[in-house]
Amino acid sequence: MDVISEFFSEYDGLQAFRTTIYLTLLSALLALVIGTVVAVMRVSPIRVLQLIGTAYVNIIRNTPLTLVIVFCNLGLFVQLGLALANKDSHTFINDNNFRLAVLGLSVYHASFVAEAIRSGVNTVPLGQAEAARAIGLPFLKTLRYVVLPQAFRGAIAPLGNVLIALTKNSTVASVIGVTEASAVMKVMMENRPDVIFVVFGIFALGFVILTLPVGVLFTSLSKRLAVKR
Amino acid sequence: MSGTVLFDAPGPRAKRLYFGVGVVAVVAILLVLWFVLDRLNEKGQLTAAKWKPFLTGEIWTQYILPGLAGTLIAAAISVVLAMVVGVLLGVGRLSSQAWVRWPCGVLVEFFRAVPVLLMMLFTYALYAKYELFPPERYALAAVVTGLTLYNGSVVAELVRSGVHSLPKGQSEAAMAIGLTSGKSMRLVLLPQAITAMLPAIVGQLVVILKDTALGYIITYEELLRKAEQIGNYKSNLVPAFIVIGAIFIIINYLLTVVAQRVESLMRRRGRSAGGPLTADPVDQSTVAVVGQDTNN
Amino acid sequence: MRQRLIAALGIVGLAATGLTACGDDSGSGSASGGSGEKVTIGIKYDQPGIGLKEGANYTGMDVDVAKYVAKELGYGDITFKEAPSAQRETLLANGQVKMIFASYSITDARKEKVSFAGPYLTAGQDLLVKADNTDITGPDSLNGKKLCSVTGSTSAQKVKDKFADTVQLQNYDTYSKCVEALGTGSIDALTTDNTILAGYASQEANKGKFKVVGKTFSTERYGVGLKKGDTETCTKVNDALKKMVDSGEWQKAFDKNLGASGLKLDPATNPPKTFDACA
Repeated sequence: MDVISEFFSEYDGLQAFRTTIYLTLLSALLALVIGTVVAVMRVSPIRVLQLIGTAYVNIIRNTPLTLVIVFCNLGLFVQLGLALANKDSHTFINDNNFRLAVLGLSVYHASFVAEAIRSGVNTVPLGQAEAARAIGLPFLKTLRYVVLPQAFRGAIAPLGNVLIALTKNSTVASVIGVTEASAVMKVMMENRPDVIFVVFGIFALGFVILTLPVGVLFTSLSKRLAVKR
Repeated sequence: MSGTVLFDAPGPRAKRLYFGVGVVAVVAILLVLWFVLDRLNEKGQLTAAKWKPFLTGEIWTQYILPGLAGTLIAAAISVVLAMVVGVLLGVGRLSSQAWVRWPCGVLVEFFRAVPVLLMMLFTYALYAKYELFPPERYALAAVVTGLTLYNGSVVAELVRSGVHSLPKGQSEAAMAIGLTSGKSMRLVLLPQAITAMLPAIVGQLVVILKDTALGYIITYEELLRKAEQIGNYKSNLVPAFIVIGAIFIIINYLLTVVAQRVESLMRRRGRSAGGPLTADPVDQSTVAVVGQDTNN
Repeated sequence: MRQRLIAALGIVGLAATGLTACGDDSGSGSASGGSGEKVTIGIKYDQPGIGLKEGANYTGMDVDVAKYVAKELGYGDITFKEAPSAQRETLLANGQVKMIFASYSITDARKEKVSFAGPYLTAGQDLLVKADNTDITGPDSLNGKKLCSVTGSTSAQKVKDKFADTVQLQNYDTYSKCVEALGTGSIDALTTDNTILAGYASQEANKGKFKVVGKTFSTERYGVGLKKGDTETCTKVNDALKKMVDSGEWQKAFDKNLGASGLKLDPATNPPKTFDACA
């Protein structure tokens, strides 16, 4: 089982999984922000914003993630010149690629977050918004104080699904040279074709460890935080 | 709750405000668009030489159509296999026998937890090592295996939630007329569950079709890899990716529309037949939420 | 209820067959018809002047050598298949291709996994920079610069280890992405064999944009990759290569594919006079 010690020493597999975790957490936060904004746009009274929100969801959700991430590097950075790190830094390329991957993952998953929140908004009874308007709250305040807090609680289960998908999808960041778990697994498999089962087992186990607790946590959260009606 | 009840009909001041915000949004979008096009132009990405190839037959017959075929073939095989695997695992997970239920449960949870890309990389190496397929089919086989296992586990969960969403009276009635549990599953519960799942399954098609793009990483000849090849041939990598991206968006959008049609068709049929499927709209929505899986 | 199930499965089935019907077999192109045995050969699809897919055709030095050798070996029907750098060993090991002509350098590490015939060309690692660049004169002037190469090739790592330890490496899966990034100045240099670099520099759309620095810092002997232990084919390939050189066909192929770029290869080793023993 020397391949297991190789995983820890030679290939620094833990560092790769740390990168996976960072990618996931940062992208999750950013995706939540973008997704909420898009969801609000879609339920807003302004027609143009509704259209923009709908277009965003339809375009991004139907593009393969691989393409979104390649675009972040080849499009945003190489063509448009948008760098996300200090160009004079010694680690510019690694930092920049990591952040571009975070951006790509966030933009992609934000479309699913937006849909999850919209489904959460659908669970809020009509009377809630009507009551909020009756006491004179304008649209944004109605959302902020009445509808969204309940919508988030109603959207916890689908948001958990998005987080799990995001964890797994972070593997695609390898296409622009980010050294996360799948990139290291690929190299290990190429160098050690004799033990591919063990190599796959290690990495699969890593992802099971990362995703199963999230599933359990979000299921229990969605039950505990469900709005009693 | 639909979006329109979140706000009152706007008065004159609100109308002016909405109009103002709308104009600002449009201007902002146009500015971004102008910036992007200007930069692309500056980098020489908008020249005729880079875009004209897409009007030639050669690019379509040699690259885009074969790539499209590769994408669609992998997706089609995966859909059929995922259905089979999914129904088997889903029914297995509902079995009254613990020795069937547990392994099926473990498999479903495992395949849902492991990234599709990891499974593709692994099975590609596996097929190559043991020569399980004709050599030129390794990449296709690996793409199909990865997609089948993951989406099979998703379908299994759909089957399970579909069966759970049926009124208890269905299985009780089946038992009352003397059907065994296997027969009641096969003749009564499963047909209803699958009908209820259908929109979600069609929705899953989009996920599968998009996921074939992961095959790019193991050199499967699908649309994305063809885009790369076009770029090498005509030195127009960026335009090639844009065109292929547009093709993906159009196909997936059409599939989404089909999924919505199927859903409304099912709803209407269910209502007219007075069937149990629309009896509980809450369950309907949970089915839809599970089906709206978010994998790449 | 049964009818419903059948109807439901029917729709899924229809959708699936509808999809399959559009497809036909694809992925690799047949270069020449005619009689004779079939053979699948791995080449690069993305290296102008070496191995490039141009619509239905394949062009480049590797392709011409491959065609000559295959003909000498008695194959009449060649199917070309893309052999990306990171997958060449796998493709040979599992028999997906019989031979590989894909700017494939003979190294001791690779010899443990595959066998080589040849070499049929000797290139050297070099740098490609923008035409107006003056501060990159060789690998030792790369400190603090951004260097691009492809995943699975060791050329960039070698520069970092041997010449410039503060160089930053960008890895893509293909050189064309590197060339795209070099064109906009997102990276400073692209490193790989001078033959490949010359191919890009002389491509129609890139003319006048890039230059090869011209200071090679390695010797890359391009071999014909074969399945490990296939000495029989190896011997035959070497005979065919010798015949190609002696008949002047080698020089013709070189002039046609790489001559226009002005590339000067080391005359001591090109065209090849001796071939490695097959083992």
